[in-house]
Amino acid sequence: MTDSALAERRAAAVARGEAPYLVVDQVSKTFGTVMALERVSLTVEAGEFVSFLGPSGCGKTTLLRAIAGLDPATSGRISQAGRDITALPPAARDFGIVFQSYALFPNLTVAENIAYGLRGPSWPKPRRAQRVEELLSLVGLAEHIRKYPAQLSGGQQQRVALARALANEPGLLLLDEPLSALDAIVRLHLRQEIRALQRRLGVTTIMVTHDQEEAMGVSDRVVVMSRGHIAQIGRPEEIYRNPANPFVAGFVGRSAHFTARVDTPPGMLQAEDDGCRIEADAARGMLYGNRVEVFIRPEDVRLSRADAGGAGSFAVTVSHLEFLGSVCRLTLEAGTHRRLEADLAPDAAQALGATPGAKLAAAVPPARVLVFPADA
Amino acid sequence: MPEAPLGGAAALPSPVRPRAALDALLLRGGLWVAAAVLAVGLVLPLATLLLRAFEDQAGQFVGLANFAAYVTTPALLGAAWNSAWTAALTTLVVVPTAFLYAYALTRSCMPLKGLFRAIMLIPVLAPSLLPALALIYLFGNQGMLRGLLMGESIYGPIGIVIAQCFYCFPHAAIILAVALSTTDARLYEAAEALRAGRLRIFATVTLPGARYGLVSAAVVVFTLVVTDFGIPKVIGGQFPVLATDVYKQVVGLQDFNMGAVVGIVLLLPAVGAFLLDRWAQGKRAATLSGRAVAYVPRPRRGRDLPLLGLCLGVAAVLVGILAIAVWGSLIRFWPYTLSLTLDNYDFARFDATGWDSLLVSVRMAALAALLGSVLVFCTAWLLERGTPPSRLGGAVRFAATLPLAVPGLVLGLAFILFFNHPANPLGFVYGTLAILVLNCVVHFYTVAHLTAVTAIRQLDPEFEAVSASLKVPAWVTFGRVTVPICLPAILDIAVYLFVNTMTTVSAVIFLYGPDTKPASVAVVHMDEAGQASAAAAMAVCILGVTLSAKLLQVATGGLVERATQRWRRRV
Ligand SMILES: Nc1ncnc2c1ncn2[C@@H]1O[C@H](COP(=O)(O)OP(=O)(O)OP(=O)(O)O)[C@@H](O)[C@H]1O
Ligand SMILES: [Mg+2]
Repeated sequence: MTDSALAERRAAAVARGEAPYLVVDQVSKTFGTVMALERVSLTVEAGEFVSFLGPSGCGKTTLLRAIAGLDPATSGRISQAGRDITALPPAARDFGIVFQSYALFPNLTVAENIAYGLRGPSWPKPRRAQRVEELLSLVGLAEHIRKYPAQLSGGQQQRVALARALANEPGLLLLDEPLSALDAIVRLHLRQEIRALQRRLGVTTIMVTHDQEEAMGVSDRVVVMSRGHIAQIGRPEEIYRNPANPFVAGFVGRSAHFTARVDTPPGMLQAEDDGCRIEADAARGMLYGNRVEVFIRPEDVRLSRADAGGAGSFAVTVSHLEFLGSVCRLTLEAGTHRRLEADLAPDAAQALGATPGAKLAAAVPPARVLVFPADA
Repeated sequence: MPEAPLGGAAALPSPVRPRAALDALLLRGGLWVAAAVLAVGLVLPLATLLLRAFEDQAGQFVGLANFAAYVTTPALLGAAWNSAWTAALTTLVVVPTAFLYAYALTRSCMPLKGLFRAIMLIPVLAPSLLPALALIYLFGNQGMLRGLLMGESIYGPIGIVIAQCFYCFPHAAIILAVALSTTDARLYEAAEALRAGRLRIFATVTLPGARYGLVSAAVVVFTLVVTDFGIPKVIGGQFPVLATDVYKQVVGLQDFNMGAVVGIVLLLPAVGAFLLDRWAQGKRAATLSGRAVAYVPRPRRGRDLPLLGLCLGVAAVLVGILAIAVWGSLIRFWPYTLSLTLDNYDFARFDATGWDSLLVSVRMAALAALLGSVLVFCTAWLLERGTPPSRLGGAVRFAATLPLAVPGLVLGLAFILFFNHPANPLGFVYGTLAILVLNCVVHFYTVAHLTAVTAIRQLDPEFEAVSASLKVPAWVTFGRVTVPICLPAILDIAVYLFVNTMTTVSAVIFLYGPDTKPASVAVVHMDEAGQASAAAAMAVCILGVTLSAKLLQVATGGLVERATQRWRRRV
């Protein structure tokens, strides 16, 4: 079979939904001696919204730019819609991109910016003008068509950048921290707008962010990255509820963290520092004496009056209380070393008499304790 | 033995060879063109110069023999010493004066600041020969104020130092004005809050803040004096300095090898100064944080009035010297018949080329401005944005900063040695306008390059990435976005190249041909022939052209601004 016939069959498979739209296979990227990406593999389905989440410097932007071809991968393979694009220059690929800075052309009007890529014989003037109007109403900026970028607010500039990236109807939309230059309220609003737009157009989208709320809020799946590796790929609730490793458990969401050893009976853990014992379902299959890392989420801590604590509960002292509106976040001291956090409805906190200094009983459902074998 | 590894995961993924798009290849080609121009116009000539210093007249390698001959010739060594001490003396006079002038412009509330700023720039527009000619009118053998010298002659160190002070003043003042205007106002507030006295504040805040500016200014003035050729040529008399020695060795004695040696000696202080200045600039940049608050002076008579007096004095000297030259060029027979005449402007009477040399200069300067600004800006863009970082780019970047350290005389000498070499296929350009234009563009390349780089770095670094994602070739974005935004900077570059090409003597004096004698060289020749009035007249014509160019820039600046910078306004 010829190469082109093969490529056609692959593309057809993608179109039928049998093969993923974007395949990143063992992609590595080095800058001199710095290994920015190490054998990263992932797939993105057609129409999916995927976020790359991770701490600063973990390689999110590098991976996005490798997919775009702006900084080609050092090794590995990337294919899009069944076509191997690993070595192609950006102009030969099919994507639109929005940068953190938006990179709007400041000397061109909003309309000229959006029409920037609509050139050549297939875009005669009337068709181009029509497309620009269509895009502007799509992002809700119809009345700003003749303005220059400097005359728009940050959020409006962001929408122009989005419209410009979508003008050519690309198969893949890449967003590199598109919202991080905006203030909190505009951010929340715009991220929902981007998600709604993406659903409507059905365009496969990858967004880079280091804001986990943003990633969890809008994505079909989240790719958590750490130091050039992929730590976990999964739906937001999967990542939050069943983190694959201590890094994800610690990075996504809040949690109290300590190391412990597996004790008897099965499922019992003993903290290394103060000997406090706690039961965890996840530790049942583990060998006695193994070191483990334990994470406890604030919403999993059940509080009751000091005298009403049942079996498996332990005494805690409230050291600090933060009122966050819909919840109260309590900081609790357990024993001499342990600090836990617990989220509680404000009414419940009042009913419990949870004020700084109050003594309470705390329990954690064994099913909810996150346990990972410690490496060293 | 199975040759394939067992698990797929263990196999090392094959390295990626990115396929370059056609436009990327073309842009890289553009960088090669820039590299070729800089190689032919800078690197190869300099290399030839270095080689020639180690050869004898017959082309045999003689090691350090020429240098040994140099060191053992007292006349030559004396010239080096003369260059050094006149330069040091000029620096000592110019830098403190320029500091006070710049201080008045930036830190006082004296009136007429704009006027003083404009007057300060006059010497930049005139060839360095002009102040020397004016001094000859005043203090020369027929000078009106000759008595003031008390028997000393203006032809020699006195004349050189005074003329150099005029010529170097704006360069020092510009650097110091920038250094003083970028000091952080919060430091002054803090010092005042600590109840420091004025003198104490000046000594602990102002001076340290400007210290790297002072170093830069001193270095620049010193180098300008050591490497300038026009002033010692016209007013140096029998007082030998390095720059005139190179000329004498090459044009007078036709000893190119010794000329090359003296050229290298001239190169040393320039390179040293260049490195010192780079160091000072790096330090200066590091002291300025992005959140600095601009200092706004408050009026205070005790400070403003003396500074105003000083500025008036300096401005009077600058304008006065200029006026003397203009007036002298209009006098029938200095100093006996003081009636006005335009006879001195009938250049055909004094020099075979007549008015043509001015036309040659204008054509040369226009070409240098046009081709130079295109070359400089395109190259800067290719380096910064058009091509990914590469070794070729690094080499071009280095070559672009090199000309600042190469005195014009050395570059001119290097050009003769390179282009006149019998084996050079490019020899036919010798004596044409082309070689003059190439020489001037290269000579003034660095400042133009730095201006272009600064302008380009202010643009968003992702413009090219965005246009690639929209499948628009990078050069379309260059034409539609980069050039329009940077047009004011490009105009600055063009005017800078124009003015400097009009006024330069040192580089072109070795390179002109019978039909391509520039006006500045004609000034030297007419002065050599004893026609000082005609020389002054020609120098005034040069000033007229450069001044018109500058005024034209100011006038059209507004139009250009309106046409291309509308987007900067917020409403
Ligand atoms: N051009 C480059 N040259 C050298 N190292 C680089 C380059 N670009 C990125 N790196 C390095 O690669 C690593 C990953 O960088 P990358 O920009 O992808 O991080 P990121 O996850 O996007 O971080 P951030 O959230 O800060 O944007 C970092 O260690 C960075 O220092
Ligand atoms: Mg990034």
